[in-house]
Amino acid sequence: MRDSAYRTNALVDQLHEPEFKDVELKQHDSISRLPHAFNFDRRGFFKVLGGGLLVCLAARHVIAQESGSTVHHDHELPKTLDSWLHIGENGEVTAFTGKVEVGQNVRTSLAQQVAEELRVPLSSVRLIMGDTELTPYDMGTFGSRTTPQMGMQLRKVSASARAVLIAMAAERWSADAASLTAENGKIRDAKANRAITYAELVHGQKLSKVIEDDPKLTPAADWKIAGTSPPKTNGRDFVTGAHEYTTDIKLPGMLHGKIVRPTAFHAKLTTCDTSQAEKIPGVSVVHDGDFIGVSAADVMTADRAAQAIRAQWDAPPQISDRELFEQLRKPASDKDDDTERYVLGSVEQSRAQAQKSLRQTYTVAYIAHTPLEPRAAVAEWKDGKLTVWTGTQRPFAVAEELAQTFHLTPESVRVIVPDTGSAYGGKHTGEAAVEAARLAKAAGKPVKLVWSREEEFTWAYFRPAGVIDVSSGARADGSLVFWEFDNYNSGPAAMRTPYEVANQRITFHPSDAPLRQGSYRSLAAAANHFARESHMDELAHELRMDPLEFRLKNLKNDRLRAVFQAAAEKFGWGKQKNSIGTGFGIGGGFEKGGYIATCAEVSVERGAIKVTRVVQAFDCGAVVNPEGLKNQISGAIMQGLGGALFEAIRFENGRIVNPHLAEYRVPRFSDLPRIDVVLVDRKGQRSMGAGETPLTGIAPAVANAIF
Amino acid sequence: MAFTLLVNGTEQHAEVDPEKPLLYVLRDDLGLTGTKYGCGEGQCGACTVLVDGSPERSCLLPVSSATGKKITTIEGLSRGDRLHPVQQAFLDVEAFQCAYCTPGMIISAAALLARTPNPSEEQIISHMEGNVCRCGAYGRIVEAVRHAAATHRSPKNA
Repeated sequence: MRDSAYRTNALVDQLHEPEFKDVELKQHDSISRLPHAFNFDRRGFFKVLGGGLLVCLAARHVIAQESGSTVHHDHELPKTLDSWLHIGENGEVTAFTGKVEVGQNVRTSLAQQVAEELRVPLSSVRLIMGDTELTPYDMGTFGSRTTPQMGMQLRKVSASARAVLIAMAAERWSADAASLTAENGKIRDAKANRAITYAELVHGQKLSKVIEDDPKLTPAADWKIAGTSPPKTNGRDFVTGAHEYTTDIKLPGMLHGKIVRPTAFHAKLTTCDTSQAEKIPGVSVVHDGDFIGVSAADVMTADRAAQAIRAQWDAPPQISDRELFEQLRKPASDKDDDTERYVLGSVEQSRAQAQKSLRQTYTVAYIAHTPLEPRAAVAEWKDGKLTVWTGTQRPFAVAEELAQTFHLTPESVRVIVPDTGSAYGGKHTGEAAVEAARLAKAAGKPVKLVWSREEEFTWAYFRPAGVIDVSSGARADGSLVFWEFDNYNSGPAAMRTPYEVANQRITFHPSDAPLRQGSYRSLAAAANHFARESHMDELAHELRMDPLEFRLKNLKNDRLRAVFQAAAEKFGWGKQKNSIGTGFGIGGGFEKGGYIATCAEVSVERGAIKVTRVVQAFDCGAVVNPEGLKNQISGAIMQGLGGALFEAIRFENGRIVNPHLAEYRVPRFSDLPRIDVVLVDRKGQRSMGAGETPLTGIAPAVANAIF
Repeated sequence: MAFTLLVNGTEQHAEVDPEKPLLYVLRDDLGLTGTKYGCGEGQCGACTVLVDGSPERSCLLPVSSATGKKITTIEGLSRGDRLHPVQQAFLDVEAFQCAYCTPGMIISAAALLARTPNPSEEQIISHMEGNVCRCGAYGRIVEAVRHAAATHRSPKNA
């Protein structure tokens, strides 16, 4: 028995310092880290940003043999920097991150953390994000890593920069650095009653400092800017329409692209006649292998040209959604066994100890991310260099994809991600970028490509469908005896149970998926929470126990217990007035450092389900931006409602049957329940991400209300 | 064909295909990119503009049908630096996340308040049903519309 392999409490502890296991990357081709693409030297930096002070934080593992801080007088910067930050001669602070803004409000929350540690007003901080030429390498914006990882990195570089500024002031005044303090963009010497602004300190300088030591950070209990809810830093641009998304970019001479898509998945091109399209003036046609695309000066002409192309495709027969779950139960044909399994005690030997046992199957459909801004890219080739603006969560991976596709050196590719019209895990790949670049190369002009909604619903990837079998048993007093959990295809994220069960076997079985699938906000945590928490309710019912009481009886983790109790209290759990057609449900769990509990009130009228009230309690450690967090949580509840109630991709023989918003229903205003969010702010705990886990409670809470 | 359009109080000229949807004329020919493409099917509301005061899906409206009418886009809603009350309310309430739907939401809400200055929650929901916010900021959007209605009514903002 591998009983040391998995202990619930150990798992919970581990969540405070999560080890990033690349679960999300596994769902794609594994992508190795680029050699550092930092081709910007010190001189380049000051050229772009002007004079001042550049503070860089070195990746510690690489330069462990050195210590202290080093002033670099040559023009070269180490290739192994984690983060950098510039303080301009006007006192303006520019911080750099490879993370991207897709609606999580991290442009604001990261700036708050910089302002906090650097002791400057938030208004003086600007963030350069997701630009492979200007920002440090970053694997991507996913896995709820921005707050715990990037937030920490930027806090460190900012605190280091503060120490450098104090040292500079101490030198200027020949004072003891220990007697100086930083406050509101100034270094203050209280004893001598003098102060100097950062702007004055760095004026006329072109100084770069590389810091190798970890600085002391400001505890959350002392935060003045982090921990508050300032307005979104560039909010005005979004209400005036001034913000430029990728789809809004216009370059001189730019053409509009259109791709001719296959008639079905896995189709091979058999014949292709582009002659009619080529006759249309101003149209550039590309036929390269199975890739067919056009570009023209306007969208109407590009559409017309694409329609004028006669292409025939040969597609193999493929299964339909009616056979989906049967297909997913079959073992994957790839012999590389990706099965993940956690075993504790023995399910078989303990079955007899259970007075009540239950076996159930839960299924989840394929669903589409449906980001309102479709996949899009603007590509420009200039002097052998390719620049692509695109809405992706992984700019560095897309740059690598482009470099490989077009046989370019990493230095010849630049990917820039404007703040993007959402992603939800759906924009990890660079299809639109590659397609736009291919068209632009042929046309000799910049090309913008915007996927249509139908292309989005068809040629993007989906949240994996899944089948989950749960078998469990408990004693008459409600204590769990065994727990067997088999997840087919949906994914292993948050598959383990937070409840105390001595005998467990939890397995993820990969399948041959009929559709292209990939990450989706919270990965499989939503499906696994749905199955586990639904099952817990059904077992509670068998035991004639209150579902909350049953959970608490089997739960030791204090933080998870606390969110259950907080949600239940706000909701009035146990005090609900039962009436015909109204039900109440509860569900919760933890994932990616976040603890969640959700209560829902659901009414059923003539078969129509309406979620009327939701209370969700959430704990992700020290809260960086409470209002931003509440916004994320409420949004995640709404998005989760879609998957819980009606979203499902239907498919047949290699085609999506419902590739339009008229047929694929997403949550709308009329689906809005009354939502109460309870934040459990734990100043003593590390701040964790909150983009994903808040989505995992609603489906089981709703299911349990109508069960 | 040459078309003259009255956009945000200014006469604009475009030499385009008469079938070209107003959305693309605004975005590509007139440089007004605040109005967004979301679905091209009139299902998401991201492309909503005011045509003679009525909210219309510009992705479905051929430019030839828009001539001679007063078109208002998100860019034409504010008065100089002064935001329209609905814009201000969206900003104050932070009724957005990725904000791609925001221009369409604001235009739809402005159309509602122009006709129904004091809408009930049911009226807001029913009027806005055709606008999708995939980030799910619906609760805040309803709050922002109510907030805008309240400030609109308040005499000090008149």
